[in-house]
Amino acid sequence: MSTADPIEPRRSWLARVWTFVVELWDVLRRPSSVFGLGVLVLAGFVAGVMFWGGFNTALELTNSEKFCTGCHEMRDNVFAELKSTIHFSNRSGVRASCPDCHVPHNWTDKIARKMQASKEVWGHLFGIIDSREKFVDHRRELALHEWARFKANDSLECRNCHSAESMDITKQSPRASVAHQRFLFSGEKTCIDCHKGIAHHLPDMRGVPGWQ
Amino acid sequence: MIGKAAILLFSIALASGSLQAQTLTSGLRGATPLDQEGPAAPMTPMRNTSEREIRNYPEQPPVIPHSIDGYQIDINGNKCLSCHARARIAESLAPMVSITHFMDRDGQFLASVSPRRFFCTECHVPQNVVTPPVSNDFVDIDTLLSRAAPGGRR
Repeated sequence: MSTADPIEPRRSWLARVWTFVVELWDVLRRPSSVFGLGVLVLAGFVAGVMFWGGFNTALELTNSEKFCTGCHEMRDNVFAELKSTIHFSNRSGVRASCPDCHVPHNWTDKIARKMQASKEVWGHLFGIIDSREKFVDHRRELALHEWARFKANDSLECRNCHSAESMDITKQSPRASVAHQRFLFSGEKTCIDCHKGIAHHLPDMRGVPGWQ
Repeated sequence: MIGKAAILLFSIALASGSLQAQTLTSGLRGATPLDQEGPAAPMTPMRNTSEREIRNYPEQPPVIPHSIDGYQIDINGNKCLSCHARARIAESLAPMVSITHFMDRDGQFLASVSPRRFFCTECHVPQNVVTPPVSNDFVDIDTLLSRAAPGGRR
């Protein structure tokens, strides 16, 4: 069989790929002579559903407590600290896992945050916080980023569960009731202004407004 | 002689009887024997009224009339001071930490809370809603002085 073909010099890998791309383009730009338009539309629809489903499934896989705690940076530091707080274990058994607070639920915001998170992959690969000491050294910087994000979106991730409209201040302690009426309902402050360090330990708080 | 021996035997019998009858319980431990560990008492809610409580004597550190769950007090920050610090009380309406807390051990006043007074819960504690397991008949000095016979009968 190979004797029938003229022996040509072995072409480079790049040239062969280029030829394939050119041929593929020729096929793609011509109308189909085999499949009906309906078949193509239907196949495109099914492929689209599968692609979209696959994409979102993969996205949701990266949006789980299991995924977050897959890295020891998260498991040994922030996740360990979360475990003793009310957001992890409480009387009614509702748990806020990592993405509930740290990934926006709205799709476009979520994608934007996921793109930002690619820098965190970089940080993981190069071991920027791969020891407890390095993590503690970076804790303030990391916390400042999250506080700025919460401040900018008016504590949106808090409000996904804790809405001011459905808050019954008569069921709150007198102190909480007064503070929420003065600062939350008036819009003077947002959740993160007062409620810092509720799920993780605080960094050095010198210079943070409201702290000594 | 026989009388003495009888008295001795009788007293030994009485003593051993009273030892056997004695149940080793106390109000705090409950009925659990000393060599065993009893069930833990249920956790009680914290008093969270935010109403200031009367001190029993002038030097008593005021008790904390609210919940302090998860309040961080360490080298990084002091959650209590984010309301009780001098610069924070206008907004928080909380009582300011006493001026004595600005003094160092030599009685010199510092610009901010002295490091030796930084750890609030070493003296100030929140209160749980419990019935005291041991009764207490403490009376404060004003009550004592207003009695007909001060320092006498209770």
